Amino acid sequence: MAELYGVVAQYGSPDAVKAAAQTMRDHGYLQIEAYTPYPIEGLDDDLGQTQTRLGWVVLAMGMVGFIVGFGMQWWANVEFYPLNIGGKPLNSWPNFIVITFECTIIFSAFTAGLFMLFRNGLPQYYHPIFNTPGFENATRDKFFLCVEAQDKHFELAEVKGLLASTHPEKVSEVEK
Amino acid sequence: MALLGLKRLRRLPEGETDKVIGNHGGEQSYGSIDDVVNAPLYTHPLKTPTWWFVGFGIAFFFLMVYLYSVVYLIVKGTGIWGNNIPTAWAMPIINFVWWIGIGHAGTLISAALLLFRQEWRTSINRFAEAMTLFAVVCAGLYPILHLGRPWVFYWLAPYPNTYGLFPQFRSPLDWDLFAISTYASVSLLFWYIGLIPDLATVRDRHPYKLGKIFYGILCLGWRGSNKHWQRYMRAYLLLAALSFPLVLSVHSTISFDFAVSQVPGWNNTIMPPYFVAGAVFAGFAMVLILAIPLRKAFKLENFITMKHLDNSAKLMLATGLFVIYGYFVEIFSAWYSGSELERYMIYNRMFGKEYGWAFWALIFCNGIAIQPLWWKRVRYNPIALFIISIIVSVGMWLERFVIVAVTLTREFLPSSWGIYKPTFWDWSLYIGSLGLFSTLFFLFIRFLPSIATSEMKETLHHIEHHGDPALRLKDNKEAL
Repeated sequence: MAELYGVVAQYGSPDAVKAAAQTMRDHGYLQIEAYTPYPIEGLDDDLGQTQTRLGWVVLAMGMVGFIVGFGMQWWANVEFYPLNIGGKPLNSWPNFIVITFECTIIFSAFTAGLFMLFRNGLPQYYHPIFNTPGFENATRDKFFLCVEAQDKHFELAEVKGLLASTHPEKVSEVEK
Repeated sequence: MALLGLKRLRRLPEGETDKVIGNHGGEQSYGSIDDVVNAPLYTHPLKTPTWWFVGFGIAFFFLMVYLYSVVYLIVKGTGIWGNNIPTAWAMPIINFVWWIGIGHAGTLISAALLLFRQEWRTSINRFAEAMTLFAVVCAGLYPILHLGRPWVFYWLAPYPNTYGLFPQFRSPLDWDLFAISTYASVSLLFWYIGLIPDLATVRDRHPYKLGKIFYGILCLGWRGSNKHWQRYMRAYLLLAALSFPLVLSVHSTISFDFAVSQVPGWNNTIMPPYFVAGAVFAGFAMVLILAIPLRKAFKLENFITMKHLDNSAKLMLATGLFVIYGYFVEIFSAWYSGSELERYMIYNRMFGKEYGWAFWALIFCNGIAIQPLWWKRVRYNPIALFIISIIVSVGMWLERFVIVAVTLTREFLPSSWGIYKPTFWDWSLYIGSLGLFSTLFFLFIRFLPSIATSEMKETLHHIEHHGDPALRLKDNKEAL
């Protein structure tokens, strides 16, 4: 028999999964995760998840983009190949604004998109949660809560009993 | 409650209430959203409706016309076009500006309306973003082809080279390269990130193995975990916040190509806002041109409702009025400048022997033809909207023609005044680019979910749980 990944309960509504997450948290389980067809407000608090810091990364990379964009133009025009164009100063910064702006945007936008995927571990070829029976409805109209076996307090019978008390539609053991 | 137009529901004509999203033959459920939207994706390739094959076939034919024209251009050179001094910027630049303008509405719908929490956008943002992307593809190819030696287009980009040269960063033409490449790549990213959860839905329901594999790869193994959703929503919001200034900057940058020059009629501070307004105007016209047949063909009337058409028409009217204001300012500032050259430019635009008609035609298309949109009956009539949108698209093309070509035929030096006549190849490249656009669009509606289903479910959830129960659809029906 393969190793156990966790116990997964299926719910029919977002409120049910939220209540169940709270119950499991109240009983001291920390390695829990919900799978839902759309983002549900407040579920991160129920699961005890901290806010993402993606915004700060994007801000930092946006600044890098700004410096790279302006720096490139400044360096090319002032240091690398100074050329008198229509008597303009070498560092004619108003002319550099558009490219600086575009570099800022492209650095921060690609950080937002790609860093999000990176932190989420996507693309991912295989994940044990897909072994859950009926999991194809997680992207449709069902809501799943998984208590992972790696949780410190994990004890199969107890977790199953607790989950059964949260009015799930189905509880299943999922293998790795 | 702008969302479903519920506030206005009472004033809707009889029978229209069913056409609000969410109310899909009684109760809308999360599952029925998927089933209706994704139905075309699940059909067997051989069972694709005939109209799709016919439409795709026609579009593909014109794509071939485009490719033939491009090859002929590369073999023969730009001499096959009507461009000549003084009208060096002609059809390629007109079409470039026209196409990129069309793209703007898509980004505006997906980014700006998201930030302003206009939830009605949910059912039209996906295909509007696709429209943006395909329009940018068509647009971006024109300046490259117009270079004369398209194969060295990368000289515009700063890259380490043995000549030890950099592009001229002070030139608006180089700003263009940065603006368009940023816009194209960020639009693609925004669109794709938005698609990921919906592709996962398609993966999970697809009846054929090949389809499961295809969409499984595309959705990158999305599993909808809450932590993922949290990062995803933050990234999506940030992308929207970044796209909004970007979309305003793109057409402004393109207008700098004109405004920074000294040509009479181009050297004008009204250009950036005037170009952006014109872009959004043309863009909403294209949204309507695409949405009206799309909702009919795929029976999406419950999602893309009359309310959406109405809102798009209102935005089209508003931006159209900005554009009309732009025309007045152009005429006024030409007179007010006191410059003989500026005054002559406007006189020639309006009453010139060769192209005076183009000015009056554009006034008709962009100024007069949109006035019926003040009436609700017109905004709620898809056929009327479709016709007006086509007229607006033509009008915006004429506007760019007047700005680009007509201005250049009367430059500073009378000895070089000339007349611009597009050749067969100018037209074939233009018609062909419409083929390129439609081919991509036909592939999109067949193979990708044309409505953002996960966002739709979120919206439905919001109405059910956070909306005023009195505003629930059923109750509204009774109230009527």
